[in-house]
This record gives sequence, C-alpha cells and structure tokens, in this order.
Amino acid sequence: MNVIVCVKQVPGTNEVKINKETNTIIREGVESILNPFDTYAVEEGLRIKDKTGGKVTVISMGIPSVADMLKETIALGADEAVLLSDRAFAGADTLATSYALSMGIRKIGNYDLIICGKQASDGDTAQVGPSLAEKLDIPHATNIRKIEEIKEGYIRCQRLTDDGYEVIEMSLPAVITVVKEINEPRLPSLKGMMRAKKATIPVWTAADINADINRCGLKGSPTQVIKTFVPVHEIKSELIEGAPAEQASKLAEKLLSMRFMKCV
Amino acid sequence: MANIRIITEKCIGCGICIRNCPFNAIKVENKKAIILENCTLCGSCVSSCKFEAIEFEKDEINNTDDLSSYKGVWVFAEQKNSIPAQVSYELLGAGRKLADQLEVPLSAVIIGSGLDEAIKELIAYGADNVYAVDNQALKDYNDELYSDVLTRLIQQYKPEIVLMGATTYGRSLAPRVSSRLNTGLTADCTGLEIDPEKRILLQTRPAFGGNLMATITCPNHRPQMSTVRPKVMKPLEKDASRTGQIIRPEIKLPDEVRTKVVETVSVACEMVNLTEADIIVSAGRGIGDPKNLKLVEELAQVLGGAVGASRAVVDAGWIEYSHQVGQTGKTVCPKVYIACGISGAVQHLAGMSSSDTIIAINNNPDAPIFKIATIGIVGDVLEILPLLINEFKARLGK
Repeated sequence: MNVIVCVKQVPGTNEVKINKETNTIIREGVESILNPFDTYAVEEGLRIKDKTGGKVTVISMGIPSVADMLKETIALGADEAVLLSDRAFAGADTLATSYALSMGIRKIGNYDLIICGKQASDGDTAQVGPSLAEKLDIPHATNIRKIEEIKEGYIRCQRLTDDGYEVIEMSLPAVITVVKEINEPRLPSLKGMMRAKKATIPVWTAADINADINRCGLKGSPTQVIKTFVPVHEIKSELIEGAPAEQASKLAEKLLSMRFMKCV
Repeated sequence: MANIRIITEKCIGCGICIRNCPFNAIKVENKKAIILENCTLCGSCVSSCKFEAIEFEKDEINNTDDLSSYKGVWVFAEQKNSIPAQVSYELLGAGRKLADQLEVPLSAVIIGSGLDEAIKELIAYGADNVYAVDNQALKDYNDELYSDVLTRLIQQYKPEIVLMGATTYGRSLAPRVSSRLNTGLTADCTGLEIDPEKRILLQTRPAFGGNLMATITCPNHRPQMSTVRPKVMKPLEKDASRTGQIIRPEIKLPDEVRTKVVETVSVACEMVNLTEADIIVSAGRGIGDPKNLKLVEELAQVLGGAVGASRAVVDAGWIEYSHQVGQTGKTVCPKVYIACGISGAVQHLAGMSSSDTIIAINNNPDAPIFKIATIGIVGDVLEILPLLINEFKARLGK
C-alpha cells in the first residue's frame, strides 16, 4: 500500500498573550511544531506500511523552514517527504490549500490512501481533508478511530460520530482523517534520525506541480479574514465558601434556580 | 500576486504592527518594518498602522459568476431516524434573522427518508420553504450521496447563503460540497450577521483555540457557506400554525457509490451526546482514581447530562476518548459545565470555555479553571461530589 500523509506546521501553543494596553496579541517566542493530530496520521501511515509494505510519503505546504519538520517525519520512518512552498501559496484558505495539495499529490502519483489529521490546532477547521478528496474525486471519511481492514482497492474503518461510531467501507484510493484514539505514535529511531539528517526535502513551487496560480494562495481563496479581535470574557466569578455540605447545598440551590434547570 | 508591502518612506519603525500580527511575521530592522516569509496575508497589520505605511496589494478577483442570481438563505437540516437534529432548529433561528434582514425567504433542506413529520417541524420552527429529498436510499447519512444531492440542489436553486451544523456530519459534508462548488466555507462559526451595505454574510469564529476571534467573509463567490457550532444560536419558539411551501425536487442519485456505511453503533453508556448536551459533568485528574468516575457519572445521570473528561483522564485509560473535551477532543458549549478536579490547562479550556455557566470544583485555589469559572468551589472533589449528588436527588425528588 502506498500512503500519502498530509501534515501542517502549527504554533506550539495557542496561548495568546494579550497586551492589555493596546489590546493586541503578543506571539513572541512561540516555537512551531507538527500539528498534534498529524502525528497520528503519520503513525497510521507507518503502521499500514509495516503491515502491507509499500511506501509512506509525507506532504506539506508552508514556508521553506517547514522542511525541517518534514525531516522529523523521515526520522519516524517515512520514505519521502515533499514541501510545497511558493509565495503564490501564501494566504491560502482551505479551498486553495486543498487545491495545491491535490496538485502536489497528483505529481507524487500512485497512491492507495491519503491520511490527514482530523484538524489543525491553529485553525481547527477540519476542512482540508474532505475538500482535498473532492479535488481528487475520491471518497473520504472523517474522524477515523480504527482501520479494521485495508487491502487492494478496499478499506473498512470505524468513524467516531457524535453519539457513537459507524463502520464505513470505501473503495481505494480514498482520504481518511484520523483522531487521536487511532494509535500511539512511535518515537524516532536512531537509524531514522541518521536518515533524516542526510535527507533532502524536495521543494515544489506552483509551477512544479502545474498549479493554476489563480487558484492558489490569497487569490484562490474565496474567504477573507476582515477582522480579528480578542474575545472579551466578562466573567463574574463567585466562590462558594463554607463547610463542604454547605458548599454543596448552595451550589445545588444556585443551579436549580436557573430557568432551564427546572425541566431537569 | 497579492502582497503586503511596507512603504519605507512612511514607516517609522514603531513596531505597532508587530504586536498586531497574529503570526509573528513582522520584524523591525534599522527602524523599518520588514514582512517575513511566514506572512499569511491576513491583513491585520494594515489597519493597525497609524502611519498608513503598510499597503495590501490585492489581486483583482475575476468571477464571471453573476452573484445577484443567488437568492435566499438555506439551512441544511441534519436528521437522524427522520428526526431533525437540534442544531437544525438553532440554524433556522439564526437563518430567520439573516433572511429577514436581506428580505429573502428562509428555506430548510432535508435529505432522508420518511420526512413528512420532519418537514412540518422545520416549518413550525421558521422555514418558509422546505426542499425535501425523500428517498429510501438516503435514509442514513452517507458522505458521498448527501454531498452529491446537496450540491445538485444548490446548483439548481442558487441560494446566497447555506448554513450547516458544525457536527461530525456537517463538518464532513460542508467542505466536500463547498469544494465541488469552488466557493468559500467558514468552519465552526459562533456569530453570523449581515453587512447591511454590502449585503454579505459576516461570519465570526474562534481561532487559536478560542484565544482570538476572526470575522470572515466570502465576497465574490456564492453561496456563502458556514458551519455553525451547535448550542450557540437560539431556535425560535415553535409555532405549529406557520405555513410553508414544500418542494420535492427530483434528484437522480449517482449510479456508483464508493462509500458504504455498514454498521452504526450508538454507544449506550453515553446517555447524551456530548456536543448536544445541556449539562456536562467532566472529570479531571483530581478525581484520583478510575473508580471515582462513578461519582461523576452519577451526578451526570441525576442531572440528565453527559460525561466529559480531561485529556489526562483519557490518556490514563480511565475513560474512552469519545468523552475527551478540549483541543484534541471535542469542543462543547453546554448551558452548564461542571469541572470536577480539572485544573484547566489551556488545551482543555479551548474545548469548553464558551459554556454558558462553568462550575469548577478543585482543591487548588490557584488552578487556572477558577479564572474562567462562573461559580467555584475550593475543596475536595471526592467529598463534594457525593454531597452534591444527594442535594440534587433530594431537591429533584429522584
């Protein structure tokens, strides 16, 4: 089985410090990491390779320094990694991102399964996986927590739903997005780290993947961010004091006085 | 190609733009600002500059599509067993306001089988029109079939706005459909308004785990599509006397379907689905031992709520991942969230901080959870929980 894993580099923390005077954001000294959900996507790709043979290729779109992050996936055991990087990709929303990824994936070619993390921790949209599948005209399934069976042209997997799970069968090639429950990612091996050190990550521009630049980056993005602001949480905090029994009694009283609680 | 440019003659190197950049993509060198390569062209810096020294060179977007041919607000009504999901009514409530402001009809779209009752409900909750595709083959949700049907409906009837619930299915279906239509989609919105002048949809959503809000538009493509977080919008009062038009379009289903749902399992222990629950009682590491989860479950049961958990509890294997609330778990916004022994790491707060009322029970008065809690109790959670369960049982007569 040949697997392609899509990954994204994200800020290591979402803790946005606010400058109270200017009401603006301070994001200094934040390191970049591999999106947490993508670590499960990489691991699942490696597990399929361990079982069925074949190849794992990792792809990302981002600034040139993302190549270092891709080397980490080589250290984990990925066979190859490619980076889509071009100023023409800057400012891409999920539509333009999935278009560029689809063109990169067409260039890689010969794949059975594409795995994405459920969502990226900076944008939390969870849109690129399904949108990418559409661009490649292949089926997709989101929130996969287990692959029950995978073989030539066929996958059966469990998808986490809002009130349980469902078992889905799809023909391959297909896209799946995975949740944390699916596996426990491995650590890089010494051999892998040596390989990563020597590895060069090919960097493909929009021209390299035959992408129409009108469909890339800001130009290819129907959505526009017109304003960002820091949410104001006006929380009137209240502590309930007293002996435990008193605290419990007061809390119960307070909660039951709320209108909707009457129908409990 | 679009670009953000510093007009060096005007820039004095004050650094205000650096503080306004959400991506840390500006630095000042030799008293002049420089845009770095990780700039995402979000434009935050442009309006922040007091000296008009930042220029946003945008490309002309040529869209030959006639935007004015798109009219009306649509709500995709997700259903299960032919019953609309709660979020469908919430969306009708939000959609009603948008449609009234634009002076266009509000329509619900429902795909499934045996929909007569559901159609009446959708009208009673505010829909002027209901587009119903009623077919035995569409009884249960299927990404491929539903995206195919919905895309065809949108192409045929051309709504200007399409709202969908940010549920598991909605967040899978919406991007598939918007990608096929090559239009914009904004995920997980918590605020929707109409710009009265431009008559476009202003979609506000949390980013960076809720630490920053962004307002997003889709000015040059139609329809404007959003998924909307459940429990945020308010449904209208049900009015059974309302009337509406029912349209039953003939849609040809695709001959070949590559996706098949072979089994659907509702997990019985999860009495209420976390994302739809009004009350969530959530367990953190502070409960000390997996056997104490019983207390959390019992309180949830007494209140008719769902059981949540912090990442620490899930990672320790005390409870299944499907209960996890937070950045790598579920995002919830119930009316009441009771955090039991949860210290409140940022990642956890990202998943629950928009709850209406947050109750925190924790023995550490300095725990970050108290900063966002509406009501706090500093104390031993294992001592408080049994007392609280008894209080509720007594008061509710259970």
